[in-house]
Amino acid sequence: MKTIFAKSVPGRNACQVDSDAPAAAHMLPAGLLRARPPRLPQCSELDVVRHFTRLSQRNYSVDANFYPLGSCTMKYSPKFTEYVASLPGFARLHPLLARLERGEACAQGALQCLYKAERWLCEITGMKAFTLQPMAGANGEFTGVSLMAAYHLAKGRRRAKILIPDSAHGTNPASAALAGFEIISIESRDGMVDPDVLSAVIAEHGDDVAGLMMTCPNTLGLMELHLPRIVAELRGADALLYYDGANMNAIMGKMRVGDAGFDVVHLNLHKTFATPHGGGGPGSGPVGVNARLAPFLPAPRVAVREDGSFYLDDNLPRSIGTMAPFYGSFGVVLKALAYMLRLGGDGLARVAEYAVLNANYLKKRLEDVLDVPFDRLCAHEFVASAPEGLRALDIAKALLERGFHAPTVYFPLIVRECLMAEPTETESRETLDAYVEALREIVTQGKADPRALAEAPRNLPVHRLDETAAARRMVLTEDMG
Amino acid sequence: MPFIPHTPQELREMLAVVGVRSLDDLFADIPPDMRPKHFNLPKGQSEAAVCAMFEELAAKNRPGMTSFLGAGFYAHHIPKAVDALAGRSEFYTAYTPYQSECSQGTLQAVFEFQTAVSRLLEMDCANASVYDGGTALFEGAMMAVRATRRRALLVDEAVNPVWRAMLATYCAGLQLTIKTIPQENGMSRPAALSAAVNKDCAAVIVQNPNFFGVVADYAGVFAAARENGAFGIISVYPVMQGVLKTPGEMGADVAVAEGQSLGQPLSFGGPWLGLMSCRKEHIRQLPGRIAGRTTDGDGNTGYVLTLQAREQHIRRARATSNICSNQALCALRALIHLSLLGPDGLVRQAEHGMALARFAAERLTALRGVELLNDAPFGNEVALRLPTGAEGLVAGLMDRGCVPGYPVGRHYPGMENVLLLACTEANSRNQIELLAEELGGML
Repeated sequence: MKTIFAKSVPGRNACQVDSDAPAAAHMLPAGLLRARPPRLPQCSELDVVRHFTRLSQRNYSVDANFYPLGSCTMKYSPKFTEYVASLPGFARLHPLLARLERGEACAQGALQCLYKAERWLCEITGMKAFTLQPMAGANGEFTGVSLMAAYHLAKGRRRAKILIPDSAHGTNPASAALAGFEIISIESRDGMVDPDVLSAVIAEHGDDVAGLMMTCPNTLGLMELHLPRIVAELRGADALLYYDGANMNAIMGKMRVGDAGFDVVHLNLHKTFATPHGGGGPGSGPVGVNARLAPFLPAPRVAVREDGSFYLDDNLPRSIGTMAPFYGSFGVVLKALAYMLRLGGDGLARVAEYAVLNANYLKKRLEDVLDVPFDRLCAHEFVASAPEGLRALDIAKALLERGFHAPTVYFPLIVRECLMAEPTETESRETLDAYVEALREIVTQGKADPRALAEAPRNLPVHRLDETAAARRMVLTEDMG
Repeated sequence: MPFIPHTPQELREMLAVVGVRSLDDLFADIPPDMRPKHFNLPKGQSEAAVCAMFEELAAKNRPGMTSFLGAGFYAHHIPKAVDALAGRSEFYTAYTPYQSECSQGTLQAVFEFQTAVSRLLEMDCANASVYDGGTALFEGAMMAVRATRRRALLVDEAVNPVWRAMLATYCAGLQLTIKTIPQENGMSRPAALSAAVNKDCAAVIVQNPNFFGVVADYAGVFAAARENGAFGIISVYPVMQGVLKTPGEMGADVAVAEGQSLGQPLSFGGPWLGLMSCRKEHIRQLPGRIAGRTTDGDGNTGYVLTLQAREQHIRRARATSNICSNQALCALRALIHLSLLGPDGLVRQAEHGMALARFAAERLTALRGVELLNDAPFGNEVALRLPTGAEGLVAGLMDRGCVPGYPVGRHYPGMENVLLLACTEANSRNQIELLAEELGGML
């Protein structure tokens, strides 16, 4: 399909801006002006509408396809939350309004929403306080490890190392490194953190260990069975426990990370709390902490006065600073809050129950189709390997051909030919059954003739694309290559 | 059960397949002493009740006043077609386009977005966005730190204080030094910036127009940076960029922007997006997703995520950034917005704001004791020195339904009387006449 730039017709205009202002050359010296106008598309409104409507039709999406992408929690995003975030009282609110003298009075509704969201997240996780500033999960991780650094600094020491299990999301080590930490990778055993390995590492580096970042259930979809011992090991070294909340959909209402002994947690509102993924974002990654880390949270914080009015508190002398231009991805937080209020406490616990049910049902039904490595209950997702002789990538592409989005492939790195599926609670049994039958058919076909899968997908706008050529040619804009 | 389709019979049958008796048995692996101590949350509510509650909360906000508030974040009209198109759930309920064949819509849009950003800024290439203008500035600085292996950043004090505060927070654990070059009456000092660049310097960071609305040419600063092996980094306001000398023309290495003014509602601070672009030789230092054009086996053109060896899911601790989710839907909105405006629309939008800002400057400086903070060229935003504290004046005018701008004293001690006033197509000459009248009455 041609790009919008290739469809541009010189002189055409959607006439969006009407103005009788003089030309810029009459208002600024020529040396401060660009030599030629930006080469943006020149299109009618219908040209633009048709182009992007057609582009949209070249996507799979949760609204049209089962999307069991592991680790991504691609659940249905309810439509009413879109309405809530688009209310003009929120959408048109300038963030600096609340920063003006008496300006807080003009943003009481927005401040109340932020406060409410924070209280809900505290009760869900068992944490003392939350910041809603982080703008995505990885941004939350960065905030969380920065809080850990601040905790140790306040105790008059700089601890340089963070422990991360080898099954963790790539963002964990990347976030810790970005905050200036050195990463020590902890090898898994039987899909879990090996407490003996952990003990040995702490014995060796104890005085220099700032903390441990855990994903629990981990990326293999398994609950860590040694959690109490892990918590005790870290506590013993006065090191902190970070909980990567990407998998919160598995435990909501069943375990509170604060009660379990974690010091800091980030949540992905765009996963657990049903805000749409937007083709890659925007997300929102609030960070919760227990009492000993609360003084270091980013500023400002939303607080409430005795008269019930809300204000922005900047008087936080030990704060790490500011992670976002203002109060975080406010529009995303609104959608998540609306979802929480709609479901209530019982509904949120039910989410975890049915997410885990669907994952275990799917895993059980696939046991005679794929190689499923761990013979125990899984959490909200599970890993499987392509049967001997077949490639995970070919299976993924063959699923696309049958109208299903593929599971996550080749992650975690520690599983051979890995297919990692997360069905979520919003999918019906007949969808799960249809997916099982599709996979059964693909595997049967592939075993009979392994080359049969290599051609897939044949019925999408493009066939398998040459990624190596893309990296070599580096055509990243219409003007390159 | 909202959003859960299972019937009681399906539940029984599925539990039987799994081989457990109850839903709670599925959580047997959670150690008993790690079960929640409490989970005291209200009951769920109907969709109607939740919507009504938020309508009531939204009504407690007052976004509707006449406003000249900008300071980096602007109330622009968003064509309704942006909402209609970005509101298509084929776009907004998709994930990051890992499976390219079923994500050509998103991927081609990212490629077009990268093209639009590169052409707007006249840089070689761009990424698929980062979170906001502040993180874009930080990521740009990190590109320079990695490429030059130097640890000092030189920052103009007239870069938006919100982003400078973020930069300081993000760099806190990295043993970097940030040296700030003072502004003078709201004017950046290109000569002082050039003179301060040396061989220890990873990057010099400026903004155009600067926080005070002042427009300048930083070509000399970037030339000095190049001579010293440092990066020249500039943050711009995309709407004014329709007419202003481009980062490419000035010789910047990295150009970034807060993309809010391109089709994103103000939404009390987000979600917005950070634009990031660079010269071709720095491409492997760029953080985040990048889409590239390629072909399939039959020679059909298609798009994929490319240069992924830079990213966290491959390189983990040695990635160029930790970013995973970006602002894809916001980038799509920005692209649609720019496509609807076209070159003519964007230029007209910039000129309209500039003309109104000049009209406001003329009317308000006619009032006793009000003067321009400086005589430098400005865009659609202008700094005025008032005869009294700006905070109090703003509060007084807000009681009369008008926000006259942003008092900058909170960020710049000694400038308590300075008001920063921005104009967009949301403003009119009539509003300015009324503002002049009200303000005149108060002074």
